[in-house]
Amino acid sequence: MKIGMPKDGRFGDFGGKYIPETLVPAIEELEENYQKIKSDKSFQNELDYYLKNYAGRPTPLYFAKNLTNFAGGAKIYLKREDLLHGGAHKINNTLGQALLAKKMKKKRIIAETGAGQHGVATAMACSCLGLPSEVYMGYKDTVRQQQNVFRMDLLGCKVYPVKSGSQTLKDAINEAIRDWITNVDTTYYLLGSAVGPHPYPVMVRDFQSIIGKEIKKQMKNVPDTVIACVGGGSNAIGTFYPMIDDGVEMIGVEAAGKGLKTGKHSATLNAGKKGVLHGMMTYLLQDNDGQIKETHSISAGLDYPGVGPEHAFLKDVGKVEYKSATDSEVIDAFLTLTRTEGIIPALESAHAISHAIKIAKTKPKSDSIVVTLSGRGDKDIDIVKQYLRKNVKNSR
Amino acid sequence: MSKIQDKFKELKSKNEKALISYIMTGFPNENATLSIVRGLVKGGADILELGFPFSDPIADGPVIQNASTVSLNKGAKIEKFFKIVKKIRKETDIPLVLMTYTNVLYTHGYSAFMLKAKSAGIDGLILPDMSIEESKEYLKSAKKNNLDTIFLVSPNTKNDRLKKIAKASTGFLYLVAVFGTTGVQTKIHKYTIDAIKNAKKVVNRKLPLGIGFGVSTPVDVKKYVSAGVDAVIVGSANLKIIENTSSSKLQNKITEYTKKLKRSTRI
Repeated sequence: MKIGMPKDGRFGDFGGKYIPETLVPAIEELEENYQKIKSDKSFQNELDYYLKNYAGRPTPLYFAKNLTNFAGGAKIYLKREDLLHGGAHKINNTLGQALLAKKMKKKRIIAETGAGQHGVATAMACSCLGLPSEVYMGYKDTVRQQQNVFRMDLLGCKVYPVKSGSQTLKDAINEAIRDWITNVDTTYYLLGSAVGPHPYPVMVRDFQSIIGKEIKKQMKNVPDTVIACVGGGSNAIGTFYPMIDDGVEMIGVEAAGKGLKTGKHSATLNAGKKGVLHGMMTYLLQDNDGQIKETHSISAGLDYPGVGPEHAFLKDVGKVEYKSATDSEVIDAFLTLTRTEGIIPALESAHAISHAIKIAKTKPKSDSIVVTLSGRGDKDIDIVKQYLRKNVKNSR
Repeated sequence: MSKIQDKFKELKSKNEKALISYIMTGFPNENATLSIVRGLVKGGADILELGFPFSDPIADGPVIQNASTVSLNKGAKIEKFFKIVKKIRKETDIPLVLMTYTNVLYTHGYSAFMLKAKSAGIDGLILPDMSIEESKEYLKSAKKNNLDTIFLVSPNTKNDRLKKIAKASTGFLYLVAVFGTTGVQTKIHKYTIDAIKNAKKVVNRKLPLGIGFGVSTPVDVKKYVSAGVDAVIVGSANLKIIENTSSSKLQNKITEYTKKLKRSTRI
């Protein structure tokens, strides 16, 4: 199998379509339409137009001189997805899928969201294209990401707090799937990460691949190393995929939460086992009976017990290395980037920053590391404030 | 012939349709399960569908979701489930179908899981998130262990696909009555009646057709039976009774209700 080209919707053992039968016609319709627009010039031109004029692409590749000096080693570059409209990479995918939904003449868009970034990006793309949107969000996440809930409200998007299960991203996805089963004819499910049944993981990857493509162009070649955070893994797969055969060192960074040994983390690829959830076979955090475990991360966007099936595959074939960063390391990285460069990163992205600082010093100055800064941290300042209050940290 | 197939044959000779009663094991607690089963059997249920909880039941509505959560919080484990099945098997010969989600089987390994399920007394399996595309290993193991594989079809399933799914199914074919998750419905849709007639035609009498999701009253049962189904599956309605009845009255209440439903399956 050529890497990245799924056969029957699978990347090796991973992926597939484990779905209730009611969704099969919808998934087939989606796949068919996605194949059509992939090679449709006018669709791609329209998407490019919105990406450029609405979302703000291309995003800069910034040489983080101060952070490089701080870490002491390889040159660190930041791919500034945080500068996109809405404040995260999510808009790359939501514009693509919302345009597709419009072509499919769907009247209603639903989505799930963790930290709220995908929900906000969905609401924005839908407003821009004149589509109504409704978003499922775990109750716990609506509390810790209130600002994004209000942003969605303002954008005219209906937000449903989900009180079942762990009340986080996984449960929001469950509820969105249930809604989709119930309203399958009229509704388009706009999934925000590279997860779910085929063709979602491929489609989301393709829409996010603009990140990696731009990095290659901006570096004039490929960097030595690329680093991105991994929850479901959409910004990471969008970064890695265009360089998959270029001999680049690729590192995904998962949320180690309070530590891998505490069980309070979301590091699926580091500590998970193969299984089936949300329509896909992938690595999952689960108990011996196959019950999905509750996860923990300081960043709501990474707080998910599964991971995109292509990442599971890339881990198994050894193409990508998956590391992790703890909440406390993430806060350190958050503060370091904020103070050295004046850039407040999303806590999700701070996982990648943390690992970059860790490894830069082990590499020669001539080496280049590109970190995908997937989002900005405005949404997280209250969480950081609370964390610092609880864990008295000395400012550097 | 499997126990399930025998049961359909027997019912046919009596001019009856099957009443399949679903409960969530371990809801509201482990001890109640056996008592509820006795109530169902006494009431005349023909086949029992035993739910084993999964943390993320995407095909289920609020009633079964809640029952799953309660059962898991009270410590549901697959080994315990098999013990309950063995106890039920000691008391009755009624066909037993396990309904759960793919990951529960996959985690233990399809073959290893099915070997244990079969020896405990399970006769068939229903996995609402197992699509035929992903079912190769699952089917192989089920065949080896003589377990029926009951697949679900939906009113929007196209005919060529319906044929494929029927071919992979044994025991019976499970038609989902509504676009939606499990749960009590208030009306019977015309599209459901059309789907029953169409499925009967496409499957061509080779496999019994059951209908479930939202079936809750004797009137529903009668309407579906006259539309041509071979079995009705009642689930959330049972759980509703279990939720709202004190434990001392539960068995009788379940028996009464099951009797009413069963009466409507006689033509």
